[in-house]
Amino acid sequence: MTTTAIPTETKRVPAAAPKRRPKREREGAAWVFLSPWVLGAIVLTLLPMAVSLYLSFTDYDLFNPPKWVGLRNYVQMFTEDPRYWRSVVTTVTYVVIAVPLQLALALVVALALKGMKRGKAFYRSAFYAPSLLGASMSIALVWRAVFNDGGTVDNLLGTGGWVNKPGWSLLAVALLTVWQFGAPMVIFLAGLQQIPAELYEAAAVDGAGKWRQFLSVTVPMLSPVLFFNLVLQTIQAFQVFTPAFAVSAGKGGPADSTLVYTMYLYDRGFVASHMGYASAMAWVLLLVIGVVTAVLFRTSRSWVFYASEGDR
Amino acid sequence: MTSTAVSRMPVRWGRVAVHLGCLAALLVMLYPLAWLLATSLKPADEVIASLNLLPSHLEWSNYSTAMEGVNDVSIWRLLGNSLLIAGGAVLGNVISCSLAAYAFARLRFRLRGPLFAFMIATIMLPHHAVLIPQYIIFNQLGLVNTYWPLILPKFLATEAFFVFLIVQFMRGLPRELEEAARIDGCGPFRSFFQVVLPLTRPALITTAIFTFIWTWNDFFTQLIYLFDPDKFTLTLALRSFVDASSTSAFGPMFAMSVIALLPIVLFFLAFQRFLVEGMASSGLKG
Repeated sequence: MTTTAIPTETKRVPAAAPKRRPKREREGAAWVFLSPWVLGAIVLTLLPMAVSLYLSFTDYDLFNPPKWVGLRNYVQMFTEDPRYWRSVVTTVTYVVIAVPLQLALALVVALALKGMKRGKAFYRSAFYAPSLLGASMSIALVWRAVFNDGGTVDNLLGTGGWVNKPGWSLLAVALLTVWQFGAPMVIFLAGLQQIPAELYEAAAVDGAGKWRQFLSVTVPMLSPVLFFNLVLQTIQAFQVFTPAFAVSAGKGGPADSTLVYTMYLYDRGFVASHMGYASAMAWVLLLVIGVVTAVLFRTSRSWVFYASEGDR
Repeated sequence: MTSTAVSRMPVRWGRVAVHLGCLAALLVMLYPLAWLLATSLKPADEVIASLNLLPSHLEWSNYSTAMEGVNDVSIWRLLGNSLLIAGGAVLGNVISCSLAAYAFARLRFRLRGPLFAFMIATIMLPHHAVLIPQYIIFNQLGLVNTYWPLILPKFLATEAFFVFLIVQFMRGLPRELEEAARIDGCGPFRSFFQVVLPLTRPALITTAIFTFIWTWNDFFTQLIYLFDPDKFTLTLALRSFVDASSTSAFGPMFAMSVIALLPIVLFFLAFQRFLVEGMASSGLKG
C-alpha cells in the first residue's frame, strides 16, 4: 500500500506534449484490456449457451452427429423419467433444508460475535475455516465415514449410519453445507458493523429494549446483506455436487436419495452419453435458477430496506 | 468505577455465556478436522470399530502407504499435477481479471453499462449450463484429457466474481494519482501497470488465494476432463478411494486427505486476513 512507483520512474514530459490522448485511442485501449474477457464471454459463455440450447433439441452421443428430435428430450424429462423428478425433489429438499439452516446459524454467530471485545478476530477466522475446506474431497470423505454405519454419529445417537438410510442421507449432505456457514457469517458480521451506533442510541432513548432494537434497527439495516447471502447461497445450493457424490460413493444412493440434479445431469451426459438430454437438463436448471432469482428479487421489494432510499 | 462495576456485572456474565457458546460451537465445528487427523494415524482395525477419537498408537505407515500414491502414480506426481493446474489458474485469473476490471472501473467505452451488467449476470450463471458445449468444444479440439480445459478459461476471465471483486477495489482508489500520471504523459497502459496495479495488490492477493483454493478443491471439472491416472490430481486420486469399501484402505486414504488439505490450511493460516476481509467486502458494496 505504501509504494507508488510513478515519481521515480516517469520523467517529466515537456509542456508541449498533449495532455489528453484522443478519445478514440482511449476507447481502443479499453478494448485491449477487455479482449481476454470478451473472447471468453463469446467463446466460453455465449456460444456454449447457444450450442447447448440447440443440443437440447437433439439426440447426441459425442460420436455421431446430433439428430434433431424436437421437444422429445423435454417431454421425456417431464413425463417419462421418474429419476428426473426424483432428482428435482431431492435438490429442492436439499436447498430448503441447507440454505435456511446455514443462514440462520451464520446470523446467530455473527450477532454473538458483533459485540465481542476480545477474541472476535480469532472466532471469525476459526468459524470461517470450514468454508475453505468444506468443498474438498477430503472433507466429503470424512463426512461419509462419520455418518456411516459405526461412525461417530451412529455411535453417538444410535440411529445407525445416515449414509445408508434413504430418509437421512440427504440430511448428512445438507449438514456439510451448514458446516460451511462461515462465509455468510463473515458477510453478516461486516454488515452488522456498518450499522451506525446512533441508530441504536436513538432507539434506546425512545425506550426500545434489546429485542425491539433487533427488530426495528438490525433487521431492516441488515436486510440487503441478508438478501445478498440468500440469493448467493440458494444459487450455489442448486448446483451442489461433490458432497452428494462422495457421501453416496458416486452413486446418488441409497435408493437415489442423494441423487441431486447435477449428479443426474453428470450421469445422463457423461456416463450414459446422452448429451442432448443432459443439455436439456442444464437449460431447465438455468431457467429455474433464473426464475428463483427473479422471484427473490421481486419479493425483496417488500422486505429489503436500502438506507439511501429511506427517509433518513 | 466501583459503582459502574456493579452495574456491569450481568453484562459480564452475558459475555462469558457468549464465549462459552462460541467455544462449544467451535469444538463441534472442529471435530471433523480432529477426526480426520486422528484417523489418518490409526491402525486399520481401529478406524471404524473403536469409539476412541485418539489412536492407540500412531500408525505412521498410513502416511508411507499414502506417499506411494494410487494406481502406480506417486503422490509427488499427483501433487505436482494439482499444483500445475492451481498455479496456472492463479496466473490466468490474476492477469485476465485485473485487465478486464481496469477497463470496467476506469476506462470509458461504448456498451460499458450493458457489458458490465452482463458480466455481473455471469457470476450467477450456473456452471452446468455451459459445461457440456465447452466439453464438446474441447473434445473437438482434441484437448480432453489435457490440462488446457482446466487452465485456458482462467486466462479468458471466465470467473467474473474476481473481475467484480477487483472492480470494486479499483473504484475505491483515489483518482488523483492516475490523473497526475496522465498529465505526465502516461497512457492507459503505463497508468495501469505502474500506478493502478501496484495499488491493487491486496485485491490481487485475495483473487490469487481464492483461485488457488477453489481450483485445488475442484472436483467436477477434473472428473469430466481427466482420465489418465498419471494426469490425475490429488482430488481425483482420493476419488478412486471412494468406492473402496474395505476399511483397510481407510488409514492411507485419510492420510492422503490430510496431505491434500495441507496447502489450504497453510494458505489459510498465512493469509487469513485477506481471505476473511475479501469475503466480507464481496457482500457489501454489491
